Amino acid sequence: MEYQNTLTTCIYCGCGCSMYVETIDGRITGVWPDKTNQISGGRLCIKGWNVTGFVGHPDRLKNPLLRKEGKLVEVTWDEALSQVAEKLSGIKRESGADSIGLMTSAKCTNEENYLMNKFARAVLGTNNIDHCARL
Amino acid sequence: MTNSIPELETDSRCILIMGSNTSEGHPLIASRIVKAKERGARVIVIDPRDIQIARLADMYIPFRPGADVAVLNGLMNVIISEGLEDKEFIAARTEAYAEMKAVVEKYTPERVQEISGVPADMLREAARLYARNKPAAIVYAMGITQHTTGVDNVKSIANLAMLTGNLGIAGAGVNPLRGQNNVQGACDMGGLPNVYPGYQAVTSPDAQKKFQDAWGGTADTVVGLTVMEMVNGVGDGTLRALYVMGENPMVADPDLHHARHCLEKAEFLVVQDIFLTETAQLAHVVLPGGAFVEKDGTFTGTDRRVQRVRKVVNPPGNAMADWEITCRLAQRLGAGGFDFASPKEVMEEIARLTPSYGGISYERLEELGFLHWPCPAADHPGTPYLHKGKFSRGQGQFHAVEFKEPAESPDQDYPLTLTTGRLMFHFHTGSMTRRSEKLHQEVPEAYVEIHPDDAARISFKRGQRVRVHSRRGQIELDVRVTKRIKPGVVFIPFHFAEAAANVLTHAAIDPTAKIPEYKVCAVKMETIGVKEAKSQGPS
Repeated sequence: MEYQNTLTTCIYCGCGCSMYVETIDGRITGVWPDKTNQISGGRLCIKGWNVTGFVGHPDRLKNPLLRKEGKLVEVTWDEALSQVAEKLSGIKRESGADSIGLMTSAKCTNEENYLMNKFARAVLGTNNIDHCARL
Repeated sequence: MTNSIPELETDSRCILIMGSNTSEGHPLIASRIVKAKERGARVIVIDPRDIQIARLADMYIPFRPGADVAVLNGLMNVIISEGLEDKEFIAARTEAYAEMKAVVEKYTPERVQEISGVPADMLREAARLYARNKPAAIVYAMGITQHTTGVDNVKSIANLAMLTGNLGIAGAGVNPLRGQNNVQGACDMGGLPNVYPGYQAVTSPDAQKKFQDAWGGTADTVVGLTVMEMVNGVGDGTLRALYVMGENPMVADPDLHHARHCLEKAEFLVVQDIFLTETAQLAHVVLPGGAFVEKDGTFTGTDRRVQRVRKVVNPPGNAMADWEITCRLAQRLGAGGFDFASPKEVMEEIARLTPSYGGISYERLEELGFLHWPCPAADHPGTPYLHKGKFSRGQGQFHAVEFKEPAESPDQDYPLTLTTGRLMFHFHTGSMTRRSEKLHQEVPEAYVEIHPDDAARISFKRGQRVRVHSRRGQIELDVRVTKRIKPGVVFIPFHFAEAAANVLTHAAIDPTAKIPEYKVCAVKMETIGVKEAKSQGPS
């Protein structure tokens, strides 16, 4: 049996509480507060204690989906990414990069937001990138 | 935040909370304020609702939603007329004081009482409490910003802090509590239409050249579209494609009927998310992303605190960490510069191109646990509070701000003011918390909070539901009758897609920040029958 505790940061509000996520044999079995964190100081709110509650939910998306004849159907990454790449480059060619918009995410990491910003500006060539900071 | 969270507990002698339901929205920051209070700090809460943290406050001041500028100008009026301002700070570190003072002088406590409903003497007492207990921190959240006067409200808060010299010292400051775990980081990383990472303006040819050279290509120097403008753009066809990563505008946007109408028209909509959200259901392509425990990376908390996120488990099925999806898609489009082996390598590039993150690395975070930006170099300890000795723009600028009414005020047809917000048990559009069994159980469905007087006015009887209408739409939901809220004001949490508060909200936006006025719109209400079957949430 492999028992692990991994220190990470909460996904909910902007407080920045950290916690240990406990796993046994690669399955999440618990959440423990982190005493060294300056904000949470060994405590968590109810959302923090339940922070992994949605992770294994059966509704999780497990495959890319593509709309075919009006319906979203499961496809491979190869097919999904080809479709996105083809459409975006086609639209860019016809109408310019500024006819594409991107919403990046306050739920994703700094690294992911940086990459979306680089993708929008360096790959597509548009400043049409924003996220829910206003919402 | 100009200051860091621990300072509230250790340094602040007064904490003024305005437009933040701290104990529900940011519970562990609220716990620091409780500790501060135990130490002897004075706490003032200014909010239209008698929120939980108001119970521990020295003063709770209810006021009419949207009257923020009037209340803040009133506090400053008292401070100036009683000579409690920090003359030395004003002279040495600020500019445009006279213009601000000329406007504030018109907001006597009596006039502010008329506009906001705050008794004049209460306003005087609060002003003295804030001004005489230095360092004093102002803590706020979307209650301040989500108005058509959001920028005016924030400028007024900055005015108040500068007037009393409450900037550049520990325990003071202007402290917005940011609602999402990494909304600070998304802004820092250039997830905004007007700036590159580190707030380097896209309109600056120097910044453009810097990123052009680093990336081998970039956009022009014209500011891009905001979220609301993009949604409208797909509606009117000026935007042909929209790529949405980890956002759910179909519940989060104001005036949802309009948002749906626009998004349904999108020629090509890509949604990358962990669930088939209300927005993903409209997409042409859905890409399955990774949850926070399925990836390595960093988040930046509300006090500019950069901390590690660590991978615990693999994503389910063929889902993939979002950083990896973006890299693969960029490579599919033939782009170089996306061959990162790990997020650690991405952070190395961020540090090279973002001055405020220049000294941040995974090695240092491993050793120290966190770093506050600005952290410009590898030997820099990070910056818990900003503006020490000097503002980043040089002198602190006062702004003369007049009070303006919200875009939509109650009238004969829609006599109530709706304000929206969060609950302790749920988060934003509920796509995660409503799928967490224990959180879902706490509050499984939407409700509206109304005052007993308003309940009597519509002959509400226990067990009945109500229909709430605005000029944009209507929703049906349960009722909680409570004196926490002022008569004439109703509150609806916005987490519940099937009774979405944002069907009702107004899409009027602040002219500068383009933030919608979620906190004020006009509604009416009627009772409907007793509920038959329990409505179903996503869980």
